Amino acid sequence: MKRAMKPALLAALSAAAAWLVVAAAAAPRSGVESMSPELQAMQRDDARNPGLLWVRDGEAAWSRTEGRAQRSCASCHGEAARSMRGAAARYPAFDAERGGAIDLAERINRCRAQGQGAAALARESDALLALEAFVAHQSRGLPIAPAADARLAGAVERGRALFVRRIGQLDLSCAQCHDARAGQRLGGSVIPEGHPNGYPIYRLEWQSLGSLQRRLRNCMSGVRAEPYAFGAEELIELELYLKQRAAGLAIETPAVRP
Amino acid sequence: MTTKPGSTRRAALAAGAGLVALLARPRAFAADDPLRAAVLAFTGGTAPAEGRVHLELPPLVENGNTVPLVVSAEGAVRTIAVFNERNPQRDVAVFRFGPRSGGARVETRIRLATSQRLVAVAQDGDGMWWQAGVDVIVTLAACIE
Amino acid sequence: MARTLITVPKTVRRGETVELRTLIAHPMETGYRAGADGRVLPRDILRRFECRLDGELVFEAELFPAVAANPFLSFSLRADASGTLSFRWQGDNGFEQTETAALVVT
Repeated sequence: MKRAMKPALLAALSAAAAWLVVAAAAAPRSGVESMSPELQAMQRDDARNPGLLWVRDGEAAWSRTEGRAQRSCASCHGEAARSMRGAAARYPAFDAERGGAIDLAERINRCRAQGQGAAALARESDALLALEAFVAHQSRGLPIAPAADARLAGAVERGRALFVRRIGQLDLSCAQCHDARAGQRLGGSVIPEGHPNGYPIYRLEWQSLGSLQRRLRNCMSGVRAEPYAFGAEELIELELYLKQRAAGLAIETPAVRP
Repeated sequence: MTTKPGSTRRAALAAGAGLVALLARPRAFAADDPLRAAVLAFTGGTAPAEGRVHLELPPLVENGNTVPLVVSAEGAVRTIAVFNERNPQRDVAVFRFGPRSGGARVETRIRLATSQRLVAVAQDGDGMWWQAGVDVIVTLAACIE
Repeated sequence: MARTLITVPKTVRRGETVELRTLIAHPMETGYRAGADGRVLPRDILRRFECRLDGELVFEAELFPAVAANPFLSFSLRADASGTLSFRWQGDNGFEQTETAALVVT
């Protein structure tokens, strides 16, 4: 029988193979472990972590009535510590209306539109970052646990392909630094494995809180590649793959990173 | 002009003694140190002695935008000032401890434009000036905007 | 009103020395940095901080552009009696903010 494999079947098998490769690798190491003791203290001490300023803003926003419906997040979701616990651990998630994966930021904006009749918050705005940080903070300490959703298999595989693809004037892939050379040094800094377990993070370079998408765009600038636009499909696919790759790693939101 | 007998020799001895004293005093700064003027302006001209105040900074910093710093001093210290060597401006901060203070110890976060020297200057209850210096290496984060 | 995070120990024994920690959201724009258009962004920093217990000075700081964004200050207090702690920040462009916290001394 010389029937060619259906493309969908081939894709599914590749995704499964990729999954097995990822699962077989050593346990993921958080970037916090490569930081100096002083920076670790800055992250781990709630009296010192500047990211918590945004979490506090998000906490206030959670209870604020907004939009045409004049409802707050709390109106539907009650106490965030209970209702949002574990939510960030399984995002990006499949959204039926979208027909594909959405990240936590988009989920928040959809909730605002559907539940509150409120306008979407701009990506990377302090208002959206604060809500995202507050929600993700409710999962601090929980392991990243991406849902094994067959509908996302294609997107995860596309994310993995992006991760190993050489890009930019420096012609480097993510994998060349963050898989093959993690633990070695680039300039004065230790190359981390690059896990998305603390986002949104307080990056010292930004002197402010920022999203995973902002950080990925920085990576692309780093290899002199044109960064994908905020909200681009590729950035969601990358995040899907990165979350699979980081499965089991404890969430640290809001993390502090150089 | 008539000079008193022996005054020339006395002058020479005084000059020599002065030179020895200058050389024997703890050398706070090299002659061309950019920190010197800022520190002396703060102390009103007195070169501080080494000691009493402690400056703690990580020796290697991954990002100069936010560098944790701890400055502390023993005894009844009322004021501590911190100066830098290579930022656009020498001043970092001046700390004062009031009657309700539990002790001269402050932790904060500063900016360092490049690898350089930091100096902390403290004045104790007797009006004496003290100083301590630390050298810091500043590297840059990879993959920035 | 800038977001602040002030950490005061819940209960303190008389005569104990305790650490007070303060964080405030503020960009501390140095006045040396160029914006996207290449023009220097004007200075906008916090210049003074003071902490008082029932009006008596605990600690004060004069801040310069070399202090990092979202300034963090940790300093010590000798707790002799319960009272009201006040934390006051002042800065460029008329910035003025005071927060208070109770000190409970047993």
